[in-house]
Amino acid sequence: MNTAQLYLKRFSPSGISVPALGRFALSALIPMLGLVVFLAIWHLGAQRIDTSLGTFPGPGEVASQWSNLVDEHRTERAREAAFYERQEVRNAEVLAQDPDAEIRWREFRGRPTFFDQMFTSLWTVLSGFLLATLIAVPLGIMIGLSQTLYRAINPVIQIFKPVSPLAWLPLVTLVVSAVYVSSDPMFSRSFLVSMITVTLCSLWPTLINTAVGVTSVSQDLQNVSRVLRLNWFTHVVKIVLPSAIPMIFTGLRLSLGIAWMVLIAAEMLAQNPGLGKFVWDEFQNGSSSSLGRICVAVLVIGFIGFLLDRAMLFIQRFASWDKSAILR
Amino acid sequence: MAKVHLELSDVGMTFPTPKGPFCALQNINLKIAKGEFVSLIGHSGCGKSTVLNIVAGLHQATQGGVLLNGKEVDAPGPERAVVFQNHSLLPWLSTYQNVELAVRQVFGRSRSRAEMRDWILHNLELVQMGHALDKRPSEISGGMKQRVGIARALAMEPEVLLMDEPFGALDALTRAHLQDSLMDIQATLGNTVIMITHDVDEAVLLSDRVVMMTNGPSASIGEILDVGIERPRDRLALAEDRRYNDCRTAVLRFLYEKHKKVEPLAPRRKASAEPTAKAGSA
Repeated sequence: MNTAQLYLKRFSPSGISVPALGRFALSALIPMLGLVVFLAIWHLGAQRIDTSLGTFPGPGEVASQWSNLVDEHRTERAREAAFYERQEVRNAEVLAQDPDAEIRWREFRGRPTFFDQMFTSLWTVLSGFLLATLIAVPLGIMIGLSQTLYRAINPVIQIFKPVSPLAWLPLVTLVVSAVYVSSDPMFSRSFLVSMITVTLCSLWPTLINTAVGVTSVSQDLQNVSRVLRLNWFTHVVKIVLPSAIPMIFTGLRLSLGIAWMVLIAAEMLAQNPGLGKFVWDEFQNGSSSSLGRICVAVLVIGFIGFLLDRAMLFIQRFASWDKSAILR
Repeated sequence: MAKVHLELSDVGMTFPTPKGPFCALQNINLKIAKGEFVSLIGHSGCGKSTVLNIVAGLHQATQGGVLLNGKEVDAPGPERAVVFQNHSLLPWLSTYQNVELAVRQVFGRSRSRAEMRDWILHNLELVQMGHALDKRPSEISGGMKQRVGIARALAMEPEVLLMDEPFGALDALTRAHLQDSLMDIQATLGNTVIMITHDVDEAVLLSDRVVMMTNGPSASIGEILDVGIERPRDRLALAEDRRYNDCRTAVLRFLYEKHKKVEPLAPRRKASAEPTAKAGSA
């Protein structure tokens, strides 16, 4: 099956083939080995790098910073619970004295912890990605179906596709502050700015892949549709969409990857809540633990990106009609 | 001949190409009676499929036109159902759903759900596919797919059934089996059928008339052979039949003597190309 196994087979004294258990152990062992080698290089390399904030953190330091961040989060949650408990007791007392008294309910305003920032980022990226999908898939289907529309929109796509999120950000910020004026806003402005920037940057892969998927519907199936005189809607739902599903998902996975990268950059630059801001704050903070905490953030960002991609793959398996297709 | 049902009147087809117009077909004149089974035979590239696509309405003839019951055909429609060469089932729908799509489209307004269900099942039973209703095309064999394709076409209750090399991709045994099924079905339903084929035996066995086409460019109808063997036909009995063998010989003579097609051969196999064959006839 692979080289390592062949060697094992060759050198096993009795000449018996590697049993299934051994094969499983091997398949788990090799990625583990890769990880161990990486950690070793990191550990050795980190010791040699002296920064203005001290030695570059190795795996051990990063692990301890991770548990620090978990502890901070727990403490903050405990404070929040205590705050609300005190408030309830106080309100109950006020009501006991005067049943008609006006009760004021205060929100807890603690410092957002690492995990709060993480959920803010996740929520923002998913909203931005969802909005991008809602725009890109229908638009992609339309430009895939109409050559004229495609020619009309293509120049715009080609020009805006390579634009960096950092270039969009000032424009989006100004436009949102000008347009989104409300005394009781449903969303915070920073959320909208991050989300719209994510949308603008992650729109393109889905749009282009959907259009290509739609144009590549087989001629035979189009002929079937014509002979049956399917109306436009049935044609799209029964023939075009199922044909284009694999391409649409390729686009969606690219888009989600871009969305996540763009979001971190946007949060950093615009100081909008999220993991990007966490990294920036730690960088500005400049304490001896900062580098370790940034490393935690880097690893978590990578891990979330990986999970998002796996989630898309899972949805693709569920949505695709071709269960035999190999997805990776 | 009985009353004309389908008429190809002076049909010609010219495709624009970068090198100027290319005349693929010209002067195709054919009158087909209701319930008649006609095959089109000719070498590959002679425009058989183009003729079929023009009748189906998938292509527009650049000259002349096609009349069905005296009305001109200008767009595809379910009254001229097509059985495609490579089955063209929707891979994401089951056998049943594939036929259902056609039935809903044609009878969605005129029949109740229960009636449509019965009709779908009836057509799948007709091609002996009643046992695989929930199978996707990828889960059934090539012959089965082609049967479902035929069931889908029959379920539209077409006036004309157009078949583009329906059994071309199948092995000889499956093909013989499906040919027998098709003869039975056509005997029962009395559809008008136009079938494209490469197979001389298939053409003679199934058809009332065999239309032989000359080689392109500017392909046209070379000869029309009346088979004139009574139905039902039995392939074993016919193997010894003199009329059957005469018909086969006539078609073979047309294809390999009068209109021999010389394909450009790959250089390493050039030894078999005879110089006299190059003259051909056109």
